[in-house]
Amino acid sequence: MPDAPGLELIRGEIERDRPGAVLATSFDRGQAALIADPERILDVLAWLRDEPGHRYDFLSSLHVADYLPAEPRFGVHYELINRDRVERVRVKAMLADPGDDALPAIDSCVDLFPTANFQEREAFDFFGIEFRGHPELTRILLPDDYVGWPQRRDFPVGGEPVTFTYNERNYG
Amino acid sequence: MAEPADLLDDRTQEVMTVNIGPHHPATHGVLRLVVDLEGELVRELAPVIGYVHTGIEKSCEDKSYWKVIPFVERMDYVSYFFQMEAYCGAVERLVDLEIPPRAKYLRTLFLELNRIHSHLVWLGTTALDLGAISMLWYCFRERDKILDLFEMAAGQRMHTRYFQVGGVIEDIPLGFEEKCRKFAEEMPVRVGQYEALLDRNEVFLQRTKGVGTVERERLLELGVTGPLLRAAGEPWDLRKAFDYLAYPELDFKIPVGTVGDNYDRYRVRVAEMVESARIVAQCLDKLPDGPFIADDRKYVLPPRSELPTSMESLIHHFKLVTEGFRVGPGEVYYSIESPRGELGCFVLADGSAKPARVHFRDPSFVNLQSFRDMAVDSYIADMICSLGMLDPILGGVDR
Amino acid sequence: MEVERRTLRSKQLSARDMLRGDLEGEDLERYVEERVVTTTFERMQNWARSNSIFPLTFGLACCAIEAPISIVTARYDLARFGAEALRASPRQADMIILSGRVSIKMAPVVRRLYDQMLEPKWAVSMGACSSSGGMFSNYAVVQGADKFMPIDLHIPGCPPRPEAVLYGFTKLQRKIQGNPDQGWRARYDAHGTEEWARGGPRSEPSAEAAAAYEEARELARA
Repeated sequence: MPDAPGLELIRGEIERDRPGAVLATSFDRGQAALIADPERILDVLAWLRDEPGHRYDFLSSLHVADYLPAEPRFGVHYELINRDRVERVRVKAMLADPGDDALPAIDSCVDLFPTANFQEREAFDFFGIEFRGHPELTRILLPDDYVGWPQRRDFPVGGEPVTFTYNERNYG
Repeated sequence: MAEPADLLDDRTQEVMTVNIGPHHPATHGVLRLVVDLEGELVRELAPVIGYVHTGIEKSCEDKSYWKVIPFVERMDYVSYFFQMEAYCGAVERLVDLEIPPRAKYLRTLFLELNRIHSHLVWLGTTALDLGAISMLWYCFRERDKILDLFEMAAGQRMHTRYFQVGGVIEDIPLGFEEKCRKFAEEMPVRVGQYEALLDRNEVFLQRTKGVGTVERERLLELGVTGPLLRAAGEPWDLRKAFDYLAYPELDFKIPVGTVGDNYDRYRVRVAEMVESARIVAQCLDKLPDGPFIADDRKYVLPPRSELPTSMESLIHHFKLVTEGFRVGPGEVYYSIESPRGELGCFVLADGSAKPARVHFRDPSFVNLQSFRDMAVDSYIADMICSLGMLDPILGGVDR
Repeated sequence: MEVERRTLRSKQLSARDMLRGDLEGEDLERYVEERVVTTTFERMQNWARSNSIFPLTFGLACCAIEAPISIVTARYDLARFGAEALRASPRQADMIILSGRVSIKMAPVVRRLYDQMLEPKWAVSMGACSSSGGMFSNYAVVQGADKFMPIDLHIPGCPPRPEAVLYGFTKLQRKIQGNPDQGWRARYDAHGTEEWARGGPRSEPSAEAAAAYEEARELARA
């Protein structure tokens, strides 16, 4: 894990090479996170992967979290690992919900990290985030004709209430 | 690369799309494969998953932190302790709770027992797919012994809910250590017997050697971890890379293969079983005394014996059971080495008593992306063998 | 008519006489009574069916590790009940054990498998998830396989122990033989409290149960 000064050094270097791509840093509970501009996400990921001295070339996880009611609402997380120095760094891109039926969009990193294929499909399936440039962005875990984005915070959990007929009959 | 055998010069092979699964004796769970076949050769393969999608991650957002534990156990239903550890570890990092040394060792012990259990289920079912049916009986005989140990400690064979935030729910009972030690001594002997059956078996070698090879770089690109990656020659194991629980204090090796074909995957997993048995024996030797769960009453239930006498314990108990503990805003991603690879848990806390997002980076889900590379341009029987050696557990894939 | 119990020696002698063709009259009648059982064809057929069930190899999730894998292994041997021949094709099987949670994507597949099975067929819902949705009361799990197919037996547990599955299996055998085990209802004389799911042979409720069920439905709808 790069420590807090190490994280600031990384941010400084990215600013030098790709100015404006990283919006903020966060060092919380021992974890280093770079908050990147969603339009420049590929720049940041490619820099982290290819820059000698920082080769974070293993994408361990790509996942999305819905921060409703905070805005911007969707956070796309990229967990990167440098296997030689055994260090993790997280890149976060915050997307806002455009409203109506439009889907929040971000560039797909499948060309940089082929492992993101299924994981981006899963993010699309559950949150409705469009990954521009993904070869096959279809639903993966839910039935193909499912309507709705279940893991958004405003989607209900579902299920059905359990009726206890004894209670209904005797206690109304 | 295999070519279709042309019996007649003017006969052409058409490509036929065949659907395998979701109900199929050889898919390990409800996996559906849509395969383009040219004769017996697989030309294109697309896995269709989601047939056991249970919406666990969404359900977890509705439950207090400790109620999430039984939910996440049931994702990868063969290695349930690992999911509990990933989740409990993530929450412990969120609340900055240090678990006592005895709990660390107990957790490590059960994790390694679960690893052996998972590999036994894998070996039994994969050998069954390849036709070595006797392995199923032998492996499940051992597996029943492990389940007896789990039942002794936790009360249930599977899905034990044994790990809690702060440690383990109960100490191991008397007689457990003896039984476990006996098991750990006898396990390498049994594994030797399995190896004697399969290692140099001509049929097994023909079916697995040179089959399903994917290069190391391609596997790394695809995010594959675990025995699949280690069989291809990359010594990447999270137990050694990131120190967690009691692993830094234990002495164990990581088996690494050379070629990365199905035979190497088999050898790596079987060797891992032996190493896990060694870890179990060491954990029993080094098990420190002390509390088995952390002391912090804000997050951990007080012992029941205190409840009748201490008002404060009663209040803590009440609060923890009804509302649960609150976790300040923050997010954590914590990953461990499960029998299939890197199992990561992401927990987002928003200050309330329920997690705002629980996401699992499941190894089978990511490893499944390499299946196409393994199976394309080989025979369909080789595809079945590769599927067995890939060891997907669909509960984890679909969550 | 009672049959006297004779000593082994006298039975041996009468068998020898039978083989020689020497038994006559009353002795012959007694000999035949001791060896022939009369019953209805249906009972015999049900007895045969219950003791030679061909389960379908079908596993969905966690319960699949306990059954069908664990109950056919040596410790909890299902073969001793005659159900050793697990068939992969639904056309050849007559019992389907729904072991695991039925997700919304899988439900049509399960129904199709059940439809492909030939009569007589039985469906066993193993575990809490297929009986009632289990702990997963959410958008993705069908809350009980009862919703789309008739189930003959529910086995509770999460996952049920293999012994519990075998106990359920013996209950299914009794049900097939036409002698269903009423369980606690017989012990506490609580007949008429059943709530019946629709479908399948022998699932018609008694008159009180039918009335109670209708009343419950009215209340639930109101």
